[in-house]
Amino acid sequence: MDAILLQVLNGLDKGGAYALIALGLTLIFGTLGVVNFAHGALFMLGAFCAVTLKEILSWEMVTVDPTQQTAWGTPLEIRTPYIEAWFGDAGRFILDYSVPFSILFAIPIMLAIGIVMERGLIKHFYKRPHVEQILVTFGLAIVLQELVKSMFGANPIPQPAPDALSGSADIGALLGFAPNTVVYPYWRMVYLAFSGVVIAGVFAFLQFTTFGMVVRAGMADRETVGLLGIDIDRRFTIVFGLAAVVAGLAGVMYTPILSPDYHMGMDFLVLSFVVVVVGGMGSLGGAVSAGFMLGILQSFASMNEVKSIFPGIDQIIIYLIAVIILLVRPRGLMGRKGVMEG
Amino acid sequence: MIKRNISRRGLMKGAAVAGVGLAAPQFFIRGAYAYTNEPKGGSVILGFNVPQTGAYADEGADELRAYQLAVEHLNGEGDGGMLNTFSSKALKGNGILGKKVEFVTGDTQTKSDAARASAKRMIEKDGAVMITGGSSSGVAIAVQGLCQDAGVIFMAGLTHSNDTTGKDKRANGFRHFFNTEMSGAALGPVLKNAYGTDRKAYHLTADYTWGWSQEGSIKKYTEQMGWETVAAVRTPLGAGDFSQYITPVLNSGADVLVLNHYGKDMVNSLTQAVQFGLRDKQVNGKDFAIIVPLYSRLMAQGAGENVKGILGSTNWHWSLQDEGSVAFVKSFGQKYGFPPSQAAHTCYCQALLYADAAERAGTFMPSEVGKALEGFTFDGLGNGPTEYRAADHQCFKDVLVVRGKENPTSNYDLLEVVEVTPRAQVEYPAEMLGGELGPYNNGA
Repeated sequence: MDAILLQVLNGLDKGGAYALIALGLTLIFGTLGVVNFAHGALFMLGAFCAVTLKEILSWEMVTVDPTQQTAWGTPLEIRTPYIEAWFGDAGRFILDYSVPFSILFAIPIMLAIGIVMERGLIKHFYKRPHVEQILVTFGLAIVLQELVKSMFGANPIPQPAPDALSGSADIGALLGFAPNTVVYPYWRMVYLAFSGVVIAGVFAFLQFTTFGMVVRAGMADRETVGLLGIDIDRRFTIVFGLAAVVAGLAGVMYTPILSPDYHMGMDFLVLSFVVVVVGGMGSLGGAVSAGFMLGILQSFASMNEVKSIFPGIDQIIIYLIAVIILLVRPRGLMGRKGVMEG
Repeated sequence: MIKRNISRRGLMKGAAVAGVGLAAPQFFIRGAYAYTNEPKGGSVILGFNVPQTGAYADEGADELRAYQLAVEHLNGEGDGGMLNTFSSKALKGNGILGKKVEFVTGDTQTKSDAARASAKRMIEKDGAVMITGGSSSGVAIAVQGLCQDAGVIFMAGLTHSNDTTGKDKRANGFRHFFNTEMSGAALGPVLKNAYGTDRKAYHLTADYTWGWSQEGSIKKYTEQMGWETVAAVRTPLGAGDFSQYITPVLNSGADVLVLNHYGKDMVNSLTQAVQFGLRDKQVNGKDFAIIVPLYSRLMAQGAGENVKGILGSTNWHWSLQDEGSVAFVKSFGQKYGFPPSQAAHTCYCQALLYADAAERAGTFMPSEVGKALEGFTFDGLGNGPTEYRAADHQCFKDVLVVRGKENPTSNYDLLEVVEVTPRAQVEYPAEMLGGELGPYNNGA
């Protein structure tokens, strides 16, 4: 029972990341009709916003101590981050909480990247076949990841969670299990709560604002909304920016769980596409529920008890579900009738 | 007077025959090369095949820095580095056999097919007489096979699987780096001292040749001293999030987690294991322990504070205080501003060892260079007295057991050497790992 609870928790935070990426993907598909293979790269760029802010905050004041030498015979350089030297404890606090602070840093950057990407490249491919959209966005993803690699190197760059949130909670003890059997890192709980807040925020924005209402109307019938004199293209550009922000924030907050490297976007992209397909292309609710469902299923499939019955099931479970869904319900769990059918 | 009628056709035939006749000596001269890419001019070309892109690009960049430094030292530039401390004094700082050392580079991309293609290009188009480098056992084994077929020497870079000088060994291939068998033999006694003989181990293993090799060696040595292996779970290469593999450890009854991971996988799995509280956990009345059998400084940098207190093994570390290591760190540090990694060290050594063997053999012919390396004993290259064993072309030397430092003083000062395991303790019979060297191939 404790093992099952652990895997459910485990699946939830991973599902949170899948859901956030898939939400943006399906939002773009639903509004612009574009299959965006560069969406994983946006997740990665978000993570590197956190890396960049940390590097900026860590800019160091270098003082040379001529009395000491390095192992290679040059005078020893003593490095102190400016922020610590200038602000003392407050500086140390900002440095410690650089990942949460990166949210504020990432929002305008990701919004700008999203808008530039849509206006500069994606809009030229609206009326082109999906294959061409996939090729151009996939190419863009490769360019972005190579750029990041040339700037930050190929090795993962650790982004520790704030000290106060870097331990783990003994959830089992609270629920009456033996101590130390259901242990869960604080930061993963933070991530789960954060993804819930972002998802709720996106739904609320689309549901309860005039802007959101126009976007939903545009998703249902773009032409009619255009005929009513509404500049739907401009709104869809902002939606693209919004999707980029959601993916970017998912990346920022994921950095203490997975040390970011240039390739992390590709790893998530494929799984997120499967999530979108299973949830239903263009269905926001479908993407979120499929994200969490597949995250949990993937965790369960990794249990030794399951793998002893079906060896290698952890590697294929998500794709297996996708194949079954495509066979029996091509529009996905919550997809609109007609999408991916016939 | 005899009048000859020379027809145009006859003239053409005659010219063709004459042409073939004139070209024949050239043809035979071409065939007169004694071995592949025999250097004829005043320079010799070495091929450095390292990962310049892909997951191990940072290791590759460090390897390339070391090779460039080695070339400088071989050509008599710079401070000479470990040439000054190397026990063999055959090299004079005037290149190899009086020929200036030049080099070409290739990108392995940490993929066997790309590595073979770049090695092939350097041999066939650039005229490299020796290929060296790499940061993966899969790549090393693939390139070693290619060099054997092409008739050039392969001096392996960072490759840790037993198979490189075990079942997949080749006469033209040589490895300075240690292997998983040696890691197990070195770590075993240290683990016994640190954690006792009554332990339950849980392995997470990268699912490819190196991971299996590493898991096998650690199991062998820990089970010998009484540890029980609770489970050995294979994880896909590049899994990213290992949490679903780590959570079952919590309730498995295991009190030791062995991470048979390398590179990015090790950084992520170790970070996540620490996040799940494994490093601070108590099981069976004992402190839970995490072990990383193969450490590298670049990986430790990636894992950051999570490496604190965690034991593993390494081929070399820049903090060693022997004459050779000090000279190499000084040379490398002054040129690049930071200390070399173990990948850089093994590659620098391989370049020097090849050059020295060619110098002693008096030729670049692979079979002669190989014979000069076989059974060669040397010192002054940072690992103490070392021997290139003739039977499997594997270097035997001391192995370092290291631990993540509790209070590092810089980004590079992350590991401390807890034991230098003597060579005798990690040595094994050549036939134990199988394979056949076969004959040398000189190509041409």
